[in-house]
Amino acid sequence: MHEMGIVVNLAKTVSELAEENRIIRVGSVTLSVGEVSGIMTDMFVDCWNYFKGRYPVLADSELCLEAIPAVTYCSSCGRRYETVQYGRECPYCHSGETWLETGNECVIKQIEAETEEGRSEEHQVEDGN
Amino acid sequence: MKVIELNKSVTASNDRDAEQLREELREQGTLLVNLMSSPGSGKTTLLGRTVSDMKEELHIGVLEADIASDVDAVRMEASGARAVQAHTDGMCHMDAGMTRRALEAMGTGGLDLVFLENVGNLICPAEFDTGAGRNVMILSVPEGDDKPLKYPLMFAKSDVLLITKTDALPYFCFDMDAVRERALRLNPAIRIFPVSARTGEGMEEWEKWLREEVLAWRETVPSVS
Repeated sequence: MHEMGIVVNLAKTVSELAEENRIIRVGSVTLSVGEVSGIMTDMFVDCWNYFKGRYPVLADSELCLEAIPAVTYCSSCGRRYETVQYGRECPYCHSGETWLETGNECVIKQIEAETEEGRSEEHQVEDGN
Repeated sequence: MKVIELNKSVTASNDRDAEQLREELREQGTLLVNLMSSPGSGKTTLLGRTVSDMKEELHIGVLEADIASDVDAVRMEASGARAVQAHTDGMCHMDAGMTRRALEAMGTGGLDLVFLENVGNLICPAEFDTGAGRNVMILSVPEGDDKPLKYPLMFAKSDVLLITKTDALPYFCFDMDAVRERALRLNPAIRIFPVSARTGEGMEEWEKWLREEVLAWRETVPSVS
């Protein structure tokens, strides 16, 4: 499927970020992946391990995936339910007027890295999706 | 080791390239239309007809994205468009970087409208912004009316749904109303045009939309004071 295409983009995004933050080595990259995002997690990690070698700063990095449960909101009755179990139709009122609230994400949550100064600190970078 | 919290899209680097390309095309007044569909949906035939019908009024370019071969670009040039074949080297979609390289190879000077014929695939092309000003998807009658249920993202991301091969409707169980309802549920703003490139049915409405969008795109050019 399209895991490889996403990995190529992810590696580029993280390597650019490493440059901006004067990072010399990335230890891990953590992604939040929605249950219904269509990403096959095993294959995704394999693709990462294959591709990361092209960027020296990423060569030793580990890709960690955190699952985000899929939740659908029903605009007819106002209730929420588990998407994977019930799908598009609301199990309470059988309406089709439903919207996926969470579960379609694929975002870089955080990276763990060593900087030129080698200091250990935490900070946040704000960025829209 | 320090921890950097990001909450950044995995495709952030592509999203940024796409936005930049879109802005450049806007300044030039060239509308890039990204055409997405399954293989065999009749994209190339539809484009050939569209180019022949509109070549007197608009300067049109076509980027043919494929994994290999140049058969489509040759067909497009025969129809009267400037064309270039872009190979994705096995990738299942075009991204903004590949689109930019293909545009540069073709040269966009003097063009009003450029079609990007994306790789035949209903999944990945929906996830990668190419930098196009408008997204159009094609669903052909033989593919079936259940596709909005199977590939919701493609329908959600498209400005237009072209239902092609309507001349084949008598031979298939294809419920046009069901497709409309399913597509509109995923994307209430989507425009739907049923067309047949073979008989010409419905082509006028699609071409009218293109004409209006080319004008609207030019009008959004930021004025230089």
